[in-house]
Amino acid sequence: MATIKKTKRPELDEGGMGYLQSLPRRVVTVYLPLLVFVIVLLFPFYWMTITAIKPNLEMTDYANFNPLWVVHPTFEHIRYLLFDTSYPGWLLNTIIISTAATFLSLLAAVFAAYAIERLRFSGARQVGLAIFLAYLVPPSILFIPLSVMVFNLGLYDTPFALILTYPTFLVPFCTWLLMGYFRSIPFELEECALIDGASRWQILTKIVLPLSVPGLISAGIFAFTLSWNEFIYALTFIQSSENKTVPVGVLTELVRSDVYEWGALMAGALIGSLPVVVLYSFFVEHYVSSMTGAVKE
Amino acid sequence: MAVSSAAVQPRPSILSRSLSLLADSRNALGFGFMLPAAALLLVFLTYPLGLGIWLGFTDARIGRPGIFIGIENYQYLSDDAVFWLSVFNTLLYTISASILKFALGLWLALILNQNLPFKSFFRAIVLLPWVVPTVLSAIAFWWIYDSQFSILSWALMEMGLIDHRINFLGDPVNARASVIAANIWRGIPFVAITLLAGLQTIPQSLYEAATLDGASRWQLFRFVTLPLLTPIIAITMTFSVLFTFTDFQLIYVLTRGGPVNATHLMATLSFQRGISGGQLGEGAAIAVAMIPFLLAAILFSYFGLQRRKWQQGGGD
Repeated sequence: MATIKKTKRPELDEGGMGYLQSLPRRVVTVYLPLLVFVIVLLFPFYWMTITAIKPNLEMTDYANFNPLWVVHPTFEHIRYLLFDTSYPGWLLNTIIISTAATFLSLLAAVFAAYAIERLRFSGARQVGLAIFLAYLVPPSILFIPLSVMVFNLGLYDTPFALILTYPTFLVPFCTWLLMGYFRSIPFELEECALIDGASRWQILTKIVLPLSVPGLISAGIFAFTLSWNEFIYALTFIQSSENKTVPVGVLTELVRSDVYEWGALMAGALIGSLPVVVLYSFFVEHYVSSMTGAVKE
Repeated sequence: MAVSSAAVQPRPSILSRSLSLLADSRNALGFGFMLPAAALLLVFLTYPLGLGIWLGFTDARIGRPGIFIGIENYQYLSDDAVFWLSVFNTLLYTISASILKFALGLWLALILNQNLPFKSFFRAIVLLPWVVPTVLSAIAFWWIYDSQFSILSWALMEMGLIDHRINFLGDPVNARASVIAANIWRGIPFVAITLLAGLQTIPQSLYEAATLDGASRWQLFRFVTLPLLTPIIAITMTFSVLFTFTDFQLIYVLTRGGPVNATHLMATLSFQRGISGGQLGEGAAIAVAMIPFLLAAILFSYFGLQRRKWQQGGGD
């Protein structure tokens, strides 16, 4: 049994015809292009990091200092960012808004996905398609009417403006992802529970949800990352400096018309990216598999 | 069904029995379960979509509800050279960035599909540009494209390839190329990782069979990989095209539409006129003008999905 399982594992299978390739050929066709891709894709992060810890003198004097390296690293920019600007406040705002929007969207998406995928009420397929189409409606065509609504509802310049509008792209996305996940849970489990007299609510909370924890985690991470990265709504609906989120704050408050404080800007970009990078690095396998799952559907 | 609920509740009252009947009805339960999501989406997505179309027919300004003016906004836009320039820019940006993203993404996916050491490590770091907030990575690109201290200019000058600094964002042609390059940088990971997932569903035995039949490396790609990958390519590229077409953040950070509107996309023009300029009606009309393009892309996606179904022998 064990041997049969082993031969079925894809990673052992993949090297199947690898012996047909000679090493020099592999270097030219695989390793060299990969190296170039990795350097190009990672260079902006390196450049961001090195600028964030460079003293201003080295940053602008390319004649005497190699710009790719830093001779006297300094934490001055980061100190300035954390203590002399509203950056910590923006970070807190972003965390609160992203968390609230994520929970709200997940809650709505779990019920919707379960209803579409398992209750199969009449019209469930059409509703599923409508949810998919809703995901395709971009924020770029919604922000003007939404700003009118937000203003009329008295939500302008409050976190609620963002907490309530982020679900417009989070709910369709999470629902679609969870529908794919629920589909992978065997029907038989639910049938057994139904025969044992469980209600739909009990089935959802005691059988389906515990089994779909990985799906919930990846949907949650996706939703959190998407809200963290959101820009156009946050730019349009928030005006006062203390209510801004990180992407908007960094861009609108740290950039002054005459002098660009590149060190502080890069430090702000770096620290603003860290939470999502850390979150994602813990769950990278979920991330990759569920992203591909979501797209495949 | 009534029997099973009676087993849970030994003495059912009329109320609880009608409740359990309701709970057993698929449609009533489905309606209840759909309610939170449907309410959120109807209020904050469907309604604003309609409101946006309505605003396009009014002369609304910030702080003043507009009156219906028919197609005046659209008449004005059809004579507006800047609007047509933004349409051209958007198409140029979307088409060139999407083609390059697809080519490079597919190439990267094919590389990552090889038997590599540290495979999952490479997959993880390749995704980074996609995970990091676009605005923040765009700020890094802004610094990379700085007219005076650009690291690219410095590197090319050190190598002796150019003798003066490149004005990346100040010149129309350079600015277009620069924003497209930044967009490609950000888009490659998504295309590569989704196509990689598609590649991994292709059974190795097909390649072995084709090799035994004497297929060359190119034939393997052309007649095995590509046909089996077509459905996922269609979907991935539709998403990619949609998001590139409606892009806002990169342009807003790097150029704000300049120099001389050479990089204005429809989304940034809509923001500039609608929010910064206060002409909500005109901004909404520009946004509505994007819808036909989006519908075309969605129809393309729909037929991609149909093709997929057909390849799997129907059903979902």
